[in-house]
Amino acid sequence: MYEYYLAIVLIPLAASIVAGLAGHKIGRAGAHWITIVGVGVSFLLSTIVLYNMFWGGYEAENLSVYTWAVTDGLHMEVGFLVDRLTALMMVVVTFVSFMVHIYTIGYMHDDPGYQRFFSYISLFTFSMLMLVMSNNFLQLFFGWEAVGLVSYLLIGFWYKRESAIFANLKAFLVNRVGDFGFILGISAVVMFTGSLDYAEVFGQAESIASQQLEVTGFSPWNAMTVVCILLFIGAMGKSAQAPLHVWLPDSMEGPTPISALIHAATMVTAGIFMVARMSPLYEFSTTALAVVIVIGALTAFFMGLLGIVQNDIKRVVAYSTLSQLGYMTVALGASAYSAAIFHLMTHAFFKALLFLAAGSVIIAMHHEQDIRKMGGIRKYMPITYWTALVGSLALIGFPGFSGFFSKDLLIEAVKESHWHGQGAVYWIAYLSVLLGVFVTALYSFRMFFLVFHGEERMSEEEKSHLHETPAVVWVPLVLLAIPSAIIGWFTVGPVLFEGYFGSAIFVDETRDVLAHLGETFWHDSLGLFTHSVVTPVFWLAAAGVFTAWFLYLKRPDIPDTIQKKAQGLYNLLDRKYYFDDLYIKGFAAGGRSFGKFLWQKGDELIIDGLLVNGTANMVGRLAGVIRHIQTGYLYTYAFAMIIGLTVLLGWLIWVR
Amino acid sequence: MLANYILSVLIWLPIAGGVALLMIGDGGDVKSSQARLMRLTALAFSLLTFLASIALYIGFDNAERGMQFVERVLWVDAFNVWYYLGIDGISAPLILLTTFITPLVVIAGWDSIKTRPAQYFSAFLILEGLMIGVFSALDGLLFYVFWEAMLIPMFLIIGVWGGERRIYATLKFFLYTFLGSVLMLVAFIWLYVQTDSFDLLTFMNAPIGLMAQKLIFLAFLIAFAVKVPMWPVHTWLPDAHVEAPTGGSVILAAIMLKMGGYGFIRLSLPIVPDGSEYFSGLMIALSLIAVVYIGFVALMQKDMKKLIAYSSIAHMGFATLGMFLMWWIVADTGAGLGMSGAMVQMVSHGLISGAMFLCVGVLYDRVHSRQIADYGGVANTMPVFAAFMVLFAMANAGLPGTSGFVGEFMVIIASFKANFWFAFLAATTLVLGAAYTLWMIKRVVYGEVANDNVAALQDLNAREFIVLAILALSVLLLGVWPAPLVDMMNTSIEQLLLQVGQSKL
Repeated sequence: MYEYYLAIVLIPLAASIVAGLAGHKIGRAGAHWITIVGVGVSFLLSTIVLYNMFWGGYEAENLSVYTWAVTDGLHMEVGFLVDRLTALMMVVVTFVSFMVHIYTIGYMHDDPGYQRFFSYISLFTFSMLMLVMSNNFLQLFFGWEAVGLVSYLLIGFWYKRESAIFANLKAFLVNRVGDFGFILGISAVVMFTGSLDYAEVFGQAESIASQQLEVTGFSPWNAMTVVCILLFIGAMGKSAQAPLHVWLPDSMEGPTPISALIHAATMVTAGIFMVARMSPLYEFSTTALAVVIVIGALTAFFMGLLGIVQNDIKRVVAYSTLSQLGYMTVALGASAYSAAIFHLMTHAFFKALLFLAAGSVIIAMHHEQDIRKMGGIRKYMPITYWTALVGSLALIGFPGFSGFFSKDLLIEAVKESHWHGQGAVYWIAYLSVLLGVFVTALYSFRMFFLVFHGEERMSEEEKSHLHETPAVVWVPLVLLAIPSAIIGWFTVGPVLFEGYFGSAIFVDETRDVLAHLGETFWHDSLGLFTHSVVTPVFWLAAAGVFTAWFLYLKRPDIPDTIQKKAQGLYNLLDRKYYFDDLYIKGFAAGGRSFGKFLWQKGDELIIDGLLVNGTANMVGRLAGVIRHIQTGYLYTYAFAMIIGLTVLLGWLIWVR
Repeated sequence: MLANYILSVLIWLPIAGGVALLMIGDGGDVKSSQARLMRLTALAFSLLTFLASIALYIGFDNAERGMQFVERVLWVDAFNVWYYLGIDGISAPLILLTTFITPLVVIAGWDSIKTRPAQYFSAFLILEGLMIGVFSALDGLLFYVFWEAMLIPMFLIIGVWGGERRIYATLKFFLYTFLGSVLMLVAFIWLYVQTDSFDLLTFMNAPIGLMAQKLIFLAFLIAFAVKVPMWPVHTWLPDAHVEAPTGGSVILAAIMLKMGGYGFIRLSLPIVPDGSEYFSGLMIALSLIAVVYIGFVALMQKDMKKLIAYSSIAHMGFATLGMFLMWWIVADTGAGLGMSGAMVQMVSHGLISGAMFLCVGVLYDRVHSRQIADYGGVANTMPVFAAFMVLFAMANAGLPGTSGFVGEFMVIIASFKANFWFAFLAATTLVLGAAYTLWMIKRVVYGEVANDNVAALQDLNAREFIVLAILALSVLLLGVWPAPLVDMMNTSIEQLLLQVGQSKL
């Protein structure tokens, strides 16, 4: 399969290079054809790989492609590890990317940077595939940063907009804070194992866990805890977990297709994938897992709340992405890695769908994004309406839709995870994901109702232009709506309970919540479906939808009243818990003042002023004094010579 | 036959070329056919030198532990001074870097130099020969002669073709570097008295007491720290860069700064290993200060060249950090990783900083300003240029897939093995490096067209395109496949570590 893997990775890269460098020569159609065919082929080959893994009985493969460098006994390679986890990710990435490529033809139709855009998204596909297919930490980091680069380029795609180039710088820097932890984590791995290769590192997991590292000087830390927490800091950056989440909402400055592809379906899930991939390490550190679950829980609940007060259609979806990423992280912390990846997969479909649907509305509204200026769009855009409904129902976990299976079981798994005996952690996590269901339903349907139902708040002129978007836009919506609706039915069993991932994911037996659920709770998809009506999850979601309906369709005056009554709370949410203020006014401004201080006081005043030029001045002044001795008159020199001669002679005669 | 004298060819061919240029002259008019001939001659000599270095690369034996291409002729009998040349895996990459960058500088200055072009190109060719001389000299005095001679062309380049405050900058540059190197001469003379020879390899094997080692280390330190430059003797660099013409900045950043790092590896570490060990803590501290302190200072620069100059200091901090980690690493491996990382960082920094200065030069040639505030929205009028500049900025920020990542990655891993906090401070460059580089990009390249100057900008011409494209390809190639470079150095670094590992007491 080696040739397949190479082709899957390299074809999008080649397409990206051609579209990027020869964009003018091949024209707009040339650029979209070559990239679409490229990613299409990648998708097809990935499907074959998945098929072979799942039904063909193919074993996981671990191949080296070439040696990047070898020095001091450290082998740095580029290679592929393709197992069932990888195969699933490959299909998800290439499928969503394929859909987004097609959609882009419609969305970017009038943009002067058309070819550049296609080049970037193909480059992204390449980078993301390198990330998920890697068999070592070096290439993982390459893919990790490469997707960050493309994300930077695409958020700032409309580089004339001040807000876009602010957002892309912010995204890159916040991600770099995460990567700072990540590279230290990789360094720690090398320190304890002497290798960057997954297989070798995982093989030595027990030995890492038995070592210690002096960090603070008080008491040594368990090496595995250090490794896992450092790596997780990387995941917090990439997967936008609090407090490194601030870049994701701003990333909505980028064109909508990439919000769907990068900032919802694939790149932001890289952190989730990474932790699942590293399950053989994380399973050896309950401390790290506790950190993971708490961060995930806080993100899941509190970021969801922010979605309620947003008025920008894309930002609502962005906060919902943050919250759903929090759900996945919680599952990781509960050792339910498969549940996290399963939710990652369904989320990729329905969240890409929601973003593209939002984009469809945005096109139709001529780039108006404020949901307060929409309403009643249902009758103008029926296909967008129905697909968005599918996406929203999947997001809130409505029974039968894909999100239902993944979210319901994720919550069951968290509930089941009593293992760590850390009561508070468990309760925080469980309550967060449970209450999060209500919040999710509330903000999702608030947006849905405000956009598609109720009073038509746009201008008459807008209305006259309003119509369904062209086929290149709605066909991807439909193609994404299908898996969003039904994929849960037949994948939930194999992925979560029938050991689809096999050895790709390692869970310690004592806390294998999914295995436990499999014995006590799970029968089949239909059973789960019928059981749903007696779970709090269902009723919370229903309550959320009802509340949204009541507040935003039935009595739209109430939200205003609440906003006025609870001004403090509203401000807290509106200002996003003041994280941005803290970072921009605190860290960024602080860093700049510190830099200015070091430059003007350290470099210019002390080093240059006092030491360098000070020395020069002193030499100058000294020379000024000495100059007076050198009068230029012969008698002064003669006198000096006589005195010198006398002293010298005297010294020779009496002292020696 | 000629192959035995390839180092001499590499040194004297460009110097002969430089002299030839002076004789051809420019005919008093940059557009004259004479000036054209002169420029073509300059290009021909720099390309011939590059070709000769390719022969060197082909003939180089990666597995050889000793010196290669050795030439040894008695020079001054009375003091036992030899014309003694030879290279190993540490000097060879730096020679290749020199011969690679010089033709690019010649092309870059093709028609942007209006005054005294013959002398300008001549200075660069002579400088090239002298720098290769430093990298291949194995005799202390010969090393010293090349080392000091190298200052003269650079002094002239900044002093004659520089900006407004060029006199201040040249004096500062000259005094700083000259004062530093005089102490190196003193150390050489002391060693000569001990060993009756100026042979560097003899110095390496001579037993030296701890006190003497410490003093020699300090003498070397002052010479090399100024060149690197290390904090706190770095303040000449931003001034020199700002005033230097584009080509001068490129050579200064790409190659002359490497002299300091090379000096540490070639002289300090093997000649005074115990002295180096004694001061390694200080060296690591200074290196980390360079990374963090200078990173913050770079953030606030308003002048693009100053910003890149400060960024160079921070990046060179990685090189010196990697070199002095070995005594702090308790594990059996890791020292070599730090040393390789340091070397890769030096080569890569040569390419990236050179490219960054060329980019600023492209803008300066058009707008005659280096101030960030005078730009904005360059991508609108110069899209091709913008693509290059963003690529080099990303390389400067150490993005994997570019050469900028390779060295930093190795050094961070090695420093983690030494101490968690070393790695912690070193890794701050991921954030700081990205912050100062990309913030500059945001203000210069992106945004709406800021003013009429930017609106009138013309995109790259063919000549500029070729230079930047060649650099871009090499930055990417080294990032995707650094093995050829690393393999070249591995044996020599092993050998060096063996040597340094043995106490001379």
